[in-house]
Amino acid sequence: MKISVIITLKKDVLDPQGKVIHQTLDGMGFNDVNEVRQGKYFEIDTKETDNGKAKAKVEEMCKKLLANLVIENYKIIDPK
Amino acid sequence: MKSSVITFPGSNCDRDMDVALKKFGFKNKMVWHADAELPKSDLVVLPGGFSYGDYLRCGSMASKSKIMQSVINFANSGGMVMGICNGFQILVETGLVPGVLLRNKYLEFICKNVFVKINDKKNKYFKNVNNEVLELHIAHNEGNYFCTNDQLKEIEDNNQIAINYCDENGKIEEKFNPNGSIKNIAGIFNKEKNVLGMMPHPERMIDTSLSGEDGSLFFKNLINNLK
Repeated sequence: MKISVIITLKKDVLDPQGKVIHQTLDGMGFNDVNEVRQGKYFEIDTKETDNGKAKAKVEEMCKKLLANLVIENYKIIDPK
Repeated sequence: MKSSVITFPGSNCDRDMDVALKKFGFKNKMVWHADAELPKSDLVVLPGGFSYGDYLRCGSMASKSKIMQSVINFANSGGMVMGICNGFQILVETGLVPGVLLRNKYLEFICKNVFVKINDKKNKYFKNVNNEVLELHIAHNEGNYFCTNDQLKEIEDNNQIAINYCDENGKIEEKFNPNGSIKNIAGIFNKEKNVLGMMPHPERMIDTSLSGEDGSLFFKNLINNLK
């Protein structure tokens, strides 16, 4: 089963990379962008076949390694 | 005094630290990250470098390596643990010191000498250092110290800020902040002040002809404080 995770910076955390991407987009003529925030995307292929159990394991992975909860939020996307 | 320097895959300041510690009288041992047990130590150092290629987040992989459980236990039982640069990033990822280190504000890798002001001397790292200001070297891409407002309040209430970026006279202002760190923070302690994380490299300032001597002051003082 494949489970996806999206990790984003929390609202109040400075994102210098997102800012530079925004400026570059602006310079390219994409003038209507309000803000860009950069994040991370993971695809985890697990042997677990039970949907609920797999999600719980991935949540544990997020808390213990994939995200740093001081600055980041994680969102687990339901397997299709 | 016995010290241990942990080598992670990608550490590159471990040998410099070994040279510095030995120069000032420590009997130092190099410890591999995959070892489970720490040798008997009065001081454990997590050195600078790029452990695990800075993958995921700087220090995140190294913080889960085998030796780190022993380092965490050592720190929790009052042992002296010092993390320099990437070592500081590893310490924040273990949670031994609060906060995180983000990408530098202006996205540059910064490599230069800076001045730092010692904020607290009631600890074994800086007790009896005569100077108020030290000139040390920094070399990092992710040294932008960040923490939540609640954490900052706690850090300030417990006087956990170790050093702040400043000018040569010790003036702490935003214009002397190289990387965007909250409150110009260059180094912090845990609550008990036996764990110190800092971005500057004292081990690079131990030779008059190559650099400066302010790192020597730090190490000479540290070994005396541990005796």
